[in-house]
Amino acid sequence: MSLSDSLYQEVLLDHYQNPRHHGRLEHAHLHEEGVNPLCGDEVELFLELEGNTISKISFWGKGCSISQASASMLTDSLYGKTLDEARSLLHEFKEMLLEDKEPNFAEEYEDLESLEAVKKIPARIKCATLAWNTLERILKKNH
Amino acid sequence: MSWNLEKIRNDFPILSTEMNGKPLVFLDSAASSQKPKSVIDTIRHYYEAENANIHRGVYSLSQKATEKYEMTRIKTSRFIGAACAKVVIFTRNTTESINLVAQSWGRTNIHEGDEIVLTELEHHSNLVPWQMLAQEKQAVLKFIPLNQDSTLDLSNIDEIITERVKLVAVAQMSNVTGTIHDLDAIIRRARQVGAKVLVDGAQGICHLPTNVQKQDFDFYAFSAHKMLGPTGVGILYAKEEILDTMPPWMGGGDMISKVWKEKSTYADLPARLEAGTPNISGVIGFGAALEYLESVGMQEIRNHELELLQYALDRLEDFGGLELYGTSDLSKRGGVISFNFPGVHPHDVGSILDEEGIAIRVGHHCAQPFMEFKGIAGTCRASFYLYNTKEDVDALLVGLKKVKEIFGRVLKR
Repeated sequence: MSLSDSLYQEVLLDHYQNPRHHGRLEHAHLHEEGVNPLCGDEVELFLELEGNTISKISFWGKGCSISQASASMLTDSLYGKTLDEARSLLHEFKEMLLEDKEPNFAEEYEDLESLEAVKKIPARIKCATLAWNTLERILKKNH
Repeated sequence: MSWNLEKIRNDFPILSTEMNGKPLVFLDSAASSQKPKSVIDTIRHYYEAENANIHRGVYSLSQKATEKYEMTRIKTSRFIGAACAKVVIFTRNTTESINLVAQSWGRTNIHEGDEIVLTELEHHSNLVPWQMLAQEKQAVLKFIPLNQDSTLDLSNIDEIITERVKLVAVAQMSNVTGTIHDLDAIIRRARQVGAKVLVDGAQGICHLPTNVQKQDFDFYAFSAHKMLGPTGVGILYAKEEILDTMPPWMGGGDMISKVWKEKSTYADLPARLEAGTPNISGVIGFGAALEYLESVGMQEIRNHELELLQYALDRLEDFGGLELYGTSDLSKRGGVISFNFPGVHPHDVGSILDEEGIAIRVGHHCAQPFMEFKGIAGTCRASFYLYNTKEDVDALLVGLKKVKEIFGRVLKR
């Protein structure tokens, strides 16, 4: 399978074409914007909390298929999870892309593995990590 | 030299290399051109046999380096049709040349309420320096609008370029759409109101026969690296009577006449505007690039690019489903094609083509106001130069077919 075939798999294109949790939350407790200025990709994350649990999550953004699909996968993965679970997933995701660790996601997060192919195109890693870097800033603020 | 594409291609070592295991198809010369062997060899020879600092040494090696460096200034002045060599100022790049004008001429001559006219198709390097100057001086920026085909709408030029305008700063050719602007009409109007005209020649000089005196440019800024030369060398031309009034903008070595503890007097042109040790090897290498371009002929290069442009536009139109930007009047267009697959982001197109060994530019091309005008995030841009072939265009089409296959189900039409 060629590099672009392994990257642009069905699952990524599906998230790009049908983004999950897309839109803005009016009463979000946590909100952060992320931008990759050189390419112009943008992602905004909105989280509503009940205690320590993410009761609602959404994203809004514009950009390439990788940045937007990655944001969609992020929201899908974190819906109903606790902030600690979010931290742990964030760590695992960044290890996969930035530290070349083999991904070993729990079954419910397996869509995220489709982004592993981005590692072979270093110029696009920043697309895949945009939403996650935005999440990281949210979590740091709420530590 | 008669036109011999095979020989030209053989002069560029990189064109016989591979990218991602495929023969390199280089379609991004608008970002930076490839370099012929003569330029690479000249730079190597300088470091191996001629390396010394210039303008200071009394020893032979320094004298020789100085001569070679100054010879490029003479070659540059001839290449652009300037009256003499001292009106050629070496900088680091086009951006620095424009900043030099803004910081030296601009800070002296632009005052509160004065107007600076730009176009909606400018590169950021011919936009941001004027924004900074306008903010500092409380001056006003105005923009010549665009027609839908990306040519300038000059119908209201008399209302835009008024008596309050001190400077019109416009690109010779757009790096996004390849539009070659009607500079004659702009310059004619600027003369009527006494405004100066700065032409950003970064994209123009490398593709079009240019004569700064015949075309009556006040300022002309461009870079060596887009015209077969090395990176790190920019050029500013200005009319001598304007340069004579321009104060130094950077202080240091070489630009002085005499220095006391509390004050200094400044050197004559061109040294007054060139502080510090310059990019000596780069300037000398640029001399070799000018020789190469002259040996091929600028009109021959223009003719070749027009042929490629027509071929590529025909094939891209036949391909179907692509959004193409820019005028179809090729007399107003250089060898640049910007396009989009509606529904597919340019970066995704760029990555898939990269895998096929095809190098194009994707994104906003440092021209965000244009992207806003078109309501798009960016474009895919294929740009041609003297070494490109119809086979390069064919390879691009094969790559685009792959994009269509992969992204078929998300394409908007």
